[in-house]
Amino acid sequence: MGSTGGFGQSKEFLDLVKSIGEARSKAEEDRIVLHEIETLKRRITEPDIPKRKMKEFIIRLVYVEMLGHDASFGYIHAVKMTHDDNLVLKRTGYLAVTLFLNEDHDLIILIVNTIQKDLKSDNYLVVCAALNAVCRLINEETIPAVLPQIVELLGHQKEAVRKKAIMALHCFYQKSPSSVTHLISNFRKRLCDNDPGVMGATLCPLFDLITADVNSFKDLVISFVSILKQVAECRLPKSYDYHQMPAPFILIRLLKILALLGSGDKQASENMYTVVNDMFRKSDSSSNIGNAVLYECICCVSSIYPNPKLLEAAADVISRFLKSDSHNLKYVGIDALGRLIKISPEIAEQHQLAVIDCLEDPDDTLKRKTFELLYKMTKSSNVEVIVDRMIDYMISINDNHYKTDIASRCVELAEQFAPSNHWFIQTMNRVFEHAGDLVNVKVAHNLMRLIAEGFGEDDDSADSQLRSSAVESYLRIVGEPKLPSIFLQVICWVLGEYGTADEKFPASYITGKLCDVAEAYSNDETVKAYALTALVKIYAFGIATGRKVDMLPECQSLIEELSASHSTDLQQRAYELQTVISLDANAVESIMPSDASCEDIEIDKDLSFLNSYVQQALEKGAQPYIPENERDGMLNISSLRNQDDHEASMHGLRFEAYEVPKPVVPSRIPAVSLTSSTEFVPVPEPSYPREIHQPTSVLAMPDAGSSELKLRLDGVQKKWGRPTSSTSAPSTSNSTSQKTVNGAMQLAVMGTVNSKPRESPYDSRRPQVEISPEKQKLAASLFGPSSKSEKRPSSSGQKGEKASIHVPQKSQVSKAGVGSSNGMSVEKTAIQPAPDLLDLGELTAVSIASSVDPFTQLEGLLDPNQVPASVNHEAGGATKAPNIMALYADTPSSGQSIDIENQLPSNKDHANVLSGLLNSTSRSAHGGTIVMATTQFSKGPDPRNSLEKDALVRQMGVNTMSQNPNLFKDLLG
Amino acid sequence: MIRAVMVMNTQGKPRLTKFYDFQSVEKQQELIRSVFGVLCSRAENVSNFVDFDSIFGPDTRLVYKHLATLYFVFVFDSSENELAMLDLIQVFVETLDKCFKNVCELDIVFNYTKMHSILDEIVFGGQVLETSSAEVIKAVKSIG
Repeated sequence: MGSTGGFGQSKEFLDLVKSIGEARSKAEEDRIVLHEIETLKRRITEPDIPKRKMKEFIIRLVYVEMLGHDASFGYIHAVKMTHDDNLVLKRTGYLAVTLFLNEDHDLIILIVNTIQKDLKSDNYLVVCAALNAVCRLINEETIPAVLPQIVELLGHQKEAVRKKAIMALHCFYQKSPSSVTHLISNFRKRLCDNDPGVMGATLCPLFDLITADVNSFKDLVISFVSILKQVAECRLPKSYDYHQMPAPFILIRLLKILALLGSGDKQASENMYTVVNDMFRKSDSSSNIGNAVLYECICCVSSIYPNPKLLEAAADVISRFLKSDSHNLKYVGIDALGRLIKISPEIAEQHQLAVIDCLEDPDDTLKRKTFELLYKMTKSSNVEVIVDRMIDYMISINDNHYKTDIASRCVELAEQFAPSNHWFIQTMNRVFEHAGDLVNVKVAHNLMRLIAEGFGEDDDSADSQLRSSAVESYLRIVGEPKLPSIFLQVICWVLGEYGTADEKFPASYITGKLCDVAEAYSNDETVKAYALTALVKIYAFGIATGRKVDMLPECQSLIEELSASHSTDLQQRAYELQTVISLDANAVESIMPSDASCEDIEIDKDLSFLNSYVQQALEKGAQPYIPENERDGMLNISSLRNQDDHEASMHGLRFEAYEVPKPVVPSRIPAVSLTSSTEFVPVPEPSYPREIHQPTSVLAMPDAGSSELKLRLDGVQKKWGRPTSSTSAPSTSNSTSQKTVNGAMQLAVMGTVNSKPRESPYDSRRPQVEISPEKQKLAASLFGPSSKSEKRPSSSGQKGEKASIHVPQKSQVSKAGVGSSNGMSVEKTAIQPAPDLLDLGELTAVSIASSVDPFTQLEGLLDPNQVPASVNHEAGGATKAPNIMALYADTPSSGQSIDIENQLPSNKDHANVLSGLLNSTSRSAHGGTIVMATTQFSKGPDPRNSLEKDALVRQMGVNTMSQNPNLFKDLLG
Repeated sequence: MIRAVMVMNTQGKPRLTKFYDFQSVEKQQELIRSVFGVLCSRAENVSNFVDFDSIFGPDTRLVYKHLATLYFVFVFDSSENELAMLDLIQVFVETLDKCFKNVCELDIVFNYTKMHSILDEIVFGGQVLETSSAEVIKAVKSIG
């Protein structure tokens, strides 16, 4: 067709494409395109251009714009072309405007009228073209202009038009939901359209509508289930098959809708169990699309009210996905696992090695997906390994967006599950070191508070041990180049507060380090402020203990430099430092008490302690104070707050009345820290009531899952005290109690039959695979001891999971030996002792299949009260029947053998082109033989054809890269 | 919903782009460049999926297929099934192949309008409309 004879394009266009293809650089390409734009600008305005030529110009404009250049000068010509009567030209015009214009463009107003006219056209192709444009070009204001016509088109005789009209309404819904809310009944009606394609299209708007409001569509559950059943049973015409799968895209949409409708609704979900289970059995797991449907089934199962049988089927499919060699399937397997562990946490265990393989896979997408899974399954027993892995990965990547993401996840997990404070601090250090600029400031404040408050228990020695280990690690880290600002702030604060607390390091050593920081990061004022305040503290603590303070020369020069700083904050801190040093031990002790960062500060806002002093002064004849707002013409008096600011006051105005009241000094530090900024001064904000932490400390930890970003470390100490090996039993459960309660009875119900087939493939496979001890170790730390883990009964309840960490039940259960395999099924049924729906369902399915006509079935999916409406709509039931007959005439209801004969001629064509595809996908006898025959057949003409083409291609010089004459060979096998 | 469809060659030159929400020309170029950057850094034999939210906004991912000299890329959000999207690319390519008899890169360059007609039959306003290549070809042929 189009490929021969120079692609049916003019020489000019061919030349353009060729020269762009040959361009060696972006600059050269730009030059060519700019030249083309000049040409087009000139020629497009010439009078009397033949329409064919104009069409090519428009296409060249589109091409130019795709390469990133402005073609707006030609927009108007594209708009004009939409007015043309010729369908091809009109379509070209519509195509160009949909690519060029957005819905708010000024030119749209010129098109709306044309669209209106075209929607009414007798030629359905014109209508389709207009509908295409509607989606893109109509905005909220213009919707009413076309809405009535589009609603009318819902009853159009051509299914292609009905389909597109529905989609157009869907677009309107997305743009402005209120514009089509009165049309919801139309969507419901179209669900029962004669044409399955139209029905499939209706699922798109319904999916959105149901997402927005589940409850008003619960009545459709039955209809959706029966549609799903019919599609799955191949009741649709053969033309809807794709790779031997009946209408898979419709299946997937339906499953998505059912997932929404069944979420948290036991009654609705029970209607779905049978059909979803059928899907699990029927879907062909050897083709990609079959797996897509299976994956969607799992998503559906994990969303609806849990059913043990379905969960088991889902787990089966997941293990198939994970064992597959295809990365795509592993990816969806990991994703599906992440969905399912929310309901049955024990299933992750069976796949521990597969998960670890994915974690070490070179494929980045897969790796990220796996981290997402690990994030979901983190608990206090495996947090160390998981966070460690995450941080390693975080360090290895450059993508800032994802780095931020994973850093905040590390922080969240560490805060929620930290086994010890020491570990927490080490972890935070690593996160800050490598992604400090990307994490929330709050995290830094939390870390500082943790170090200050310690465990929140009466264990002072542990607290001070923690602090000195923090100080030590910071002194080690601080010398490293280019640390993130926020991390330096933490370091400075900790060194200032606790640097000299245990007297391990001399004050001069720490002050030296702090000066180095201030110097090395001289353009970061926040860090300098932190460093300076830390210096103040260290000197103050030194003075308070009565030692003689020797200020290092570099420190001296730093303070001198900062007292003249442009930043008033730094200046003030520098002066404060100087003042503090000159005070005596007593005064210093009261302004800078050691380790008092957690103490509440009492603020006397009225400054009542000054009253006597003021009184005295007034008695001596001083002027009374006039509040600032009552004075006018005064200059900035804020400088007066600082009574040490001699230099400044020399230059500025001096007001005798405010001369330095001495007693203010003691109160200044806290006062300043309040006023200057809560950001710089690491005194806990008054708004952070400390009481909050104490009550939560009792038993708050176990119910995890709360996402609040707060440290929850209090009171957890006792649990974390154990060595990991004993705490890492991952499965953990309340199964001991369950067993005694439910044991015998449930065993009778379920038997061991169900658990058998699921375990056996896994077991038989396992010994074959060589597993490195390293991996096993990792698996053990992630999922618990690897020995025979799959045999262990596992937890079902979220809550039990954490609460039972201490319970040494693991050994108990595995000792039970024989009982353990039963234990699993006990567990399963314990989740939900639902009646066995499946057997029942199969019975009904069979009976329906044999007794009821397929097309009446399709009708049967109508909402009962909708039936008459749609019949009326279709102008009487009598004409309808033959119609449907025709539709389903070639539906194979009897079996494959007839099917092969019927389909043979058409299949040949198909196989001819796609022989490779079919070869790889088809397992059934049906596909196999035909393909074998026809591939031989088709070999002849193909290579010649493609060689010719290749010659042309080479001549054009466009894709010099290709050495493959048949360019899609890899597709075709 | 499907957010964008792109076809580009292995040198990063766009051959067909369609964005289902409006993007300015500059933004389009930026997206094409970043998609190409991601794709050409991916090894052979890895999955066909890439998380894309750092480039295209939250909750977006892309599926691509590398065939001969071309990348076929679909960008979509979480309301679509990744594996199904992979098959949608397959539908698209199969249709092109039937339409052009052994499609190659040049067919795509020169039959720009036809490419768009085909794509418009398969994906409509960001939703999957038709997945049978026979039906698509029938519709495209009737346009002429």
